[in-house]
Parts: sequence; structure tokens; C-alpha cells
Amino acid sequence: MASKVLQKANSFYDQYFRNPSADKKMPHYCPGCGHGNVHKFIAEALDDFEVADKTIFISPVGCSVFAYYYFDTGNIQAAHGRAPAVATGIKRAHPHSIVISYQGDGDLAAIGTAEILHAANRGENITVFFINNAIYGMTGGQMAPTTLIEQRTTTSPRGRNPHNEGYPVKVAELISQLQAPVYVERVALFDNKQRAKARIAVRKAIKNQVENLGFSLVEILSPCPSGWKMDPVDSMKWIRDVMLPQFPLGVYKDLTKEVKPYEVPEFAPSAKEIKELIDIVPDSNKKFKKSKVIEKYINPEIKVAGFGGQGVLLLGAALAQAGMLEDYHVSWLPSYGPEMRGGTANCHVNVRNIPVGSPVVSNPTVLIALNRPSLEKFEQDVEKDGLIIFDSSLIDLDVKRKDVEALPLPATQLADKLGNTRTANMITLAAYAAYTGLFSKETLYETLKTAIKRRVLIDINKKAIDVGYEFGLTHRKN
Amino acid sequence: MGKKILDKPFVKVEPELCKGCGLCIDACPTEVLKFHTKFNSKGYHYAFYLGDNCTGCGVCFYACPEPEAIVVYKKGYEYTGEEVA
Repeated sequence: MASKVLQKANSFYDQYFRNPSADKKMPHYCPGCGHGNVHKFIAEALDDFEVADKTIFISPVGCSVFAYYYFDTGNIQAAHGRAPAVATGIKRAHPHSIVISYQGDGDLAAIGTAEILHAANRGENITVFFINNAIYGMTGGQMAPTTLIEQRTTTSPRGRNPHNEGYPVKVAELISQLQAPVYVERVALFDNKQRAKARIAVRKAIKNQVENLGFSLVEILSPCPSGWKMDPVDSMKWIRDVMLPQFPLGVYKDLTKEVKPYEVPEFAPSAKEIKELIDIVPDSNKKFKKSKVIEKYINPEIKVAGFGGQGVLLLGAALAQAGMLEDYHVSWLPSYGPEMRGGTANCHVNVRNIPVGSPVVSNPTVLIALNRPSLEKFEQDVEKDGLIIFDSSLIDLDVKRKDVEALPLPATQLADKLGNTRTANMITLAAYAAYTGLFSKETLYETLKTAIKRRVLIDINKKAIDVGYEFGLTHRKN
Repeated sequence: MGKKILDKPFVKVEPELCKGCGLCIDACPTEVLKFHTKFNSKGYHYAFYLGDNCTGCGVCFYACPEPEAIVVYKKGYEYTGEEVA
């Protein structure tokens, strides 16, 4: 670096405003923690390659869980051990971004072994930094897969015995045996020379991704003075004298001169291709004009809730599908237990004129309750002046709140009369659409073609829509 | 204000951002960093520059785990007079 001053990298935030602590200038790491050094190397490299603005940093579980306090990049915090899996998804969705997966040894070498192995084996075009301090640091120094033979930890008080706890997992060696990774190196932080080497390795691993060369992993032997119960300077000596013999340093694999860069597609696949791939192309590509929605029901945030088996999720999906046909921005987020029938299920649906920011609907403007527990549970969450539609043939309660609008709808009864109880959900859908003017009947008919998988059932559901639509229109108050 | 050019490198440790781990002191080849006898507000004996003989090599910067506790100004650094006090 040609700069005449060494100072805080721009890729760090000026103030760590996400940190709830009063001190916004000092990271949370213990004195002498190796995370700080590696963070500095990474931030400096992001500065120098000018990629911070397109970097997405994946924090793990461990002390570095809060890396998103510090890096002024995109940030995601992954579940324990899953950082390389999350990184895979992000890199594929955003192939032009720089994705850094940062993990400790408890995270990567224990619970996340499968994720790192397969991400490496697939040759994901990502950069992985693996901080190895031979213990679980955050939780107080328990034995990790990387704990050294004879090392005493809180859970190996007599020292790690290979006949009982196995041998240290050597991640750099392991990953370098796979065919796909292009660059694997183990470095350490114990003296000036090693820190300089570590800094170069970190830069190289990031540069590889900038050049689209493929999977890079740098393992960094890093001090944990608190967990090792040593002072920071002694812990550096411990890395050199004790860790090093069991974790030899060096470049384990480097194909960066030989491999051909990955070709990054411009934007692929297109929305049309995706639809074809997952087979959701409607029979026709008809578009429908937006219906005239009654003013107060524009941009609904909907929660549909009931027993599993009542068609709760299907009702929500049909709402979203109808919204797509009328060119709304829609989202559908199901939430249900492991059982297919009998449990409770609900889903969150947005049908909006503007892009949907979050698919989660915590305070719905429309609640569709198909059974009593759902009404009891979600009534209080509905926004003031919201609308509650409930199946009055199953629910022997009335809506308690006075500041919301209620539409009792004997959907199950009407469905029974029609000859198929299970069409209650489509009756409800149609009643809601008619009552608020959200969708035309034609849109709903078209929706059935994709919502109902079994063609023979389309006719009866069409009749259900007629019944529900009629009900909604006749009960309109506005 | 005209720009001046630094003819002598030096290092600055921000007392309030130092955690007193001592890695910079251990790393410095010319031994120009020491623990201060005073505490900072966090209760750490912070490191400070003795005031002479810094070569601007920068190893303390990379030894220090803190993002902005240490700033190293190398020879030839252009300054306006404010940051180099």
C-alpha cells in the first residue's frame, strides 16, 4: 500500500451504531483477540479492491456474531454453522457481489462441517475465513473439534485424549483434498512476519473472488487470551510453541494460476424461465385490469388462519396468485407446524401497489379466521379500522373489538350446501374479493387454473366462487 | 493553509480506544511504545509513544486488534497541521 498513513479502514463504520452498548467506537472483542486483526485485514483489502459497496459479509455464531456491527458492507448473520450455505444462496442470487463467509472453529469445524465441505466441494465462488483458536471461545473455552491433543479445556479437564475425543480436525488439509477449491492456506497471527503473511493471504482470498476464480479458504490460527486464560502476549507464544506443531502453516492448495475464471451470467435465469422451470405458467398469459377497490381496502396486509386441512395456505396462495394476474406486487408466506392436517396453520399475504418490503404481516389490515382459535389468537393484532372475516358456521363467537369491521361468513355451511365442504376456502376468497372489490370474478376464475391442482375440482370451485362472490356483494356496507 | 510534509514518522495511540493488550509493545522493533502508568476510562493501562525513534514500519498497526486505536504516520505524509498535533 502506497499510503503514507495507516489508519482505520473505510470499510468499517465510523461509529458502530448497531451496537446497543453506549460505547460506539470500541469493538466488543476482548483485549488481544485475533478477530480484531483479521477484521482489519479484511476491511483494508475491501478498501484497496474498492469492493466494500458490493460485499456481503456473513457473520457466524460465536464471538464474531456481531461482525455486522463493524463492517460497512451488506451484512447477514447466519444460523450456527450455516454461513457457507447462506453464502452459497447469496452468491447465486447476487453473482456480482463479493460474499465473505467468516466462521470460528466451533461454527465451521463442528456444527457446520457439512456446510463447509459441500460449499467447498461445489466450488462456490466465495471467500471463507476460518478463525481457529482451538476452543469454543464465546461460551467459555470448551473443547472444540480443533482442540489440540492433551489440551486442557473446561470440558477436557484432563487434556484431550484422542482415544476418547478423537484428533484435532485439520480443516485446511481436509478442504485442500477436494477437487474444486482453488486456494487453501493456513496462516497464524503470532508475530510480525506471520501477521504480514496472514494479511497477504486474506487479500489473496478476496482478490480471487474479485477475479471470479472460485472457492478460497484461509484458516487463521488466532489467539483467544480470555478462553486460554493467558495474557495476550503469552497467547501469541502459545500459538507458536504449542499450536503450530499440530497445525502446520502453509499453502495447501493454490490453483489460482491454472483455473479459468467463472463466467458470471448477466441476469439469469429470467423471470419467465423461472416460471417455466417450476411449472407455474398459467394456461393463458391473460392479464386482467385492476379492479376498482374500495378506498379503505387498498394495499391489504392479510393474515389467513385456521386448521391445517381447511385450505388456509391455498386460500392465501390464491390471493397472491390473483394479485399477480392483476399486476400487483404480492407476497405469500406460509407458517405451519410439521403436520399436514389437524394442526394450526396461517399465512401472510401482501397485495400491494408498491413493492413489498417484508412479507411478514404482524398486524394485518385483513384477518381471515377460519376457526375459533385463530380468531381468538389474532383478533387483537388487527390494525384499527381493519377487516375481520370469520367463518360463522364454525365460530360461535363474535368479534369483540369495536374499532374493527367484522364480516361473519357461514362459509362451511354454504360449501356444504354446494356439496363439497372443502370449497369453504374459495367461498371465503370470493366473498372477500367481492366485499372489498379487490378482484373481479374473472380474475378468480383464472386463478383457479393454477391454484387447484386436480382439474376435476375446478368446476365445483367455480361454483364456490359464484356463491362467495354473491355473498360478498350483497353484504357490502361501503 | 499550506500543506506540510512529515519528515519524521510517528505513531499515535488513542488512549480511550486502547484495551491495553500490549501486542503493539511486544511487536515494536524499536521499542518506542510503552504502557502508560495511568488508566483510561475502561480501566486499561493504555499504550503510548515515547516520542522518538518511530520508523513508521507499521507493524504495531497490524499487531493491534483494534480498528482505530493506532494510527501510523509515515515519512512523507502530507498534513495541514491539525491531525499531527
